[in-house]
Amino acid sequence: MIQLKQFTKYFHRDGVDQVLALDGIDLGVQKGDFISIIGSNGAGKSTLLNGLAGTYAPDDGQILFGGKDIGQWPEHRRATFIGRVFQDPLMGTCGALTVEQNLALAKRRGKRRGFALGVKKEDRQLFEDRLKELGLGLENRLGDRVGLLSGGQRQALTMLMATVIPPQVLLLDEHTAALDPKTARQILDLTRKIIDDRHLTTLMVTHNMRIAIQMGNRLIMLHHGKIILDIKGEEKRSLTQEELVARFYDRQKKEDMLTDRMLLG
Amino acid sequence: MTWYAIIGALEQGLVYGIMVLGVYLTFRVLDFPDLTVDGSLPLGAAVSAVAITKGVDPFASILLAACAGFAAGMVTALLNTKLKILHLLASILTMIALYSINIRIMDGPNVSLLGASTVLDPFMAAGTAGYVVAPVMYGLLAVLITGGIVWFLHTELGQAMLATGDNPQMIRSLGVNTHHIIIIGVGLSNALVAVSGALVAQNQGASDVNMGIGTIIAGLASVILGETVFGSTGVTRTCIAVLLGSVLYRLAIAMALGLKLGNFAVTPSDLNLITALLVVLALMAPGIKRKFGGRAK
Repeated sequence: MIQLKQFTKYFHRDGVDQVLALDGIDLGVQKGDFISIIGSNGAGKSTLLNGLAGTYAPDDGQILFGGKDIGQWPEHRRATFIGRVFQDPLMGTCGALTVEQNLALAKRRGKRRGFALGVKKEDRQLFEDRLKELGLGLENRLGDRVGLLSGGQRQALTMLMATVIPPQVLLLDEHTAALDPKTARQILDLTRKIIDDRHLTTLMVTHNMRIAIQMGNRLIMLHHGKIILDIKGEEKRSLTQEELVARFYDRQKKEDMLTDRMLLG
Repeated sequence: MTWYAIIGALEQGLVYGIMVLGVYLTFRVLDFPDLTVDGSLPLGAAVSAVAITKGVDPFASILLAACAGFAAGMVTALLNTKLKILHLLASILTMIALYSINIRIMDGPNVSLLGASTVLDPFMAAGTAGYVVAPVMYGLLAVLITGGIVWFLHTELGQAMLATGDNPQMIRSLGVNTHHIIIIGVGLSNALVAVSGALVAQNQGASDVNMGIGTIIAGLASVILGETVFGSTGVTRTCIAVLLGSVLYRLAIAMALGLKLGNFAVTPSDLNLITALLVVLALMAPGIKRKFGGRAK
């Protein structure tokens, strides 16, 4: 469904501190895939997700979506088929607006916004039902400003907002990293439930190897802007943490040796 | 303070209240500090005055002023969004450009409207005194426009505008082109400011290229004063609060102008200093309330 071809992204291009954040990534995502993405700091995980979402255009390469190159599409245009949840719980919701106003904004993702009232009466029931599924009591707080909610509640709301109109691709960028362990677990359970219920194609960045192993049908490891591991199918199902760590260090060593050799050679 | 001064302040507060609503739209809703208003207020005045002297109906002249103001706001927004010029600088550029444009429109630094017809004429004809008609008429208009803004901010588009000011990243990821929203919002804001300018010109009987100086400060002072005194929880409340803030601001100014301490009398040239003090006081108010045991919100 999505095909990345030689996706390349520099930061500070042509400057003294030029960084090659993504080094010609080739990646094919099938419909219904749930891919967890891991890698050390600066490996390019978030850059990859932001690149898909359209925060910037690729410096080189293509992003094919259903055969069309959407590399030059701006973020808001790609949002018609992409749902996003950010690491910072404050990022995905609007604190000055109420719970129902936020959901109403999300319900018009990718549609024209005109002079009809933002919050429609007929949507309230839908919002209440969806909020009830969260089990956080938010269904009784439709009129409360989101700024009054906790980080976990806001992140749960963001999950709902990203999926109230089922997106063709869901991007989760370390969406539980800023939460306490208990809340993080709740949000992960919610994530799994929503993705299973709605059969969403998902890319999830995480720092947590255990989560990456438990969730999804495919695991990708990035290192220095390249995909160094791509585990799927039966192999992914039987993957253990020890095995992953071992393979990680093995590959990383090879990669680093390669660069060292290139440098020294 | 005389009744005359109070009614005058009320009238001014209501007329300039329309401008204050415009400033609220940019400054608070869009989080876009916009100094264009110092130019778009006299722009509205100039367009309306010239149109009236050319025989256009006073009401129609206000519509023309609104269009001109919208265009001025669009220029600032385009400079900011498409050319990536900092919003503050973009608005200053439009503002100084408008100075020249306003003189071109009026073919001189001012246009007199003495004896010309104004929007108040149809009501004066009934024989009601001018000092009653003006505040009532401007009050009605200000309330109508406030209602319109409150309604607008509850529409899909208005909600997207509120979100654009609060969290642009989020609203982009929900498929909204924030550039379009900024262009519409800053345009709408300056349209309101121009309407206010047109009414001021008709009220004062003249349009002058320098009448816009200090508009943004008066606007900010009114917004901050209104929010501090009347509260800012929720869009509806804030819109009403800033309109009342405008009246309060003009009353405070009128009061200060009447102030005499021995040989010292406040003159109109002291207004800028008084405005600055008012803003500082209004900004300090929440802290003072807390300190003296009042239940601050």
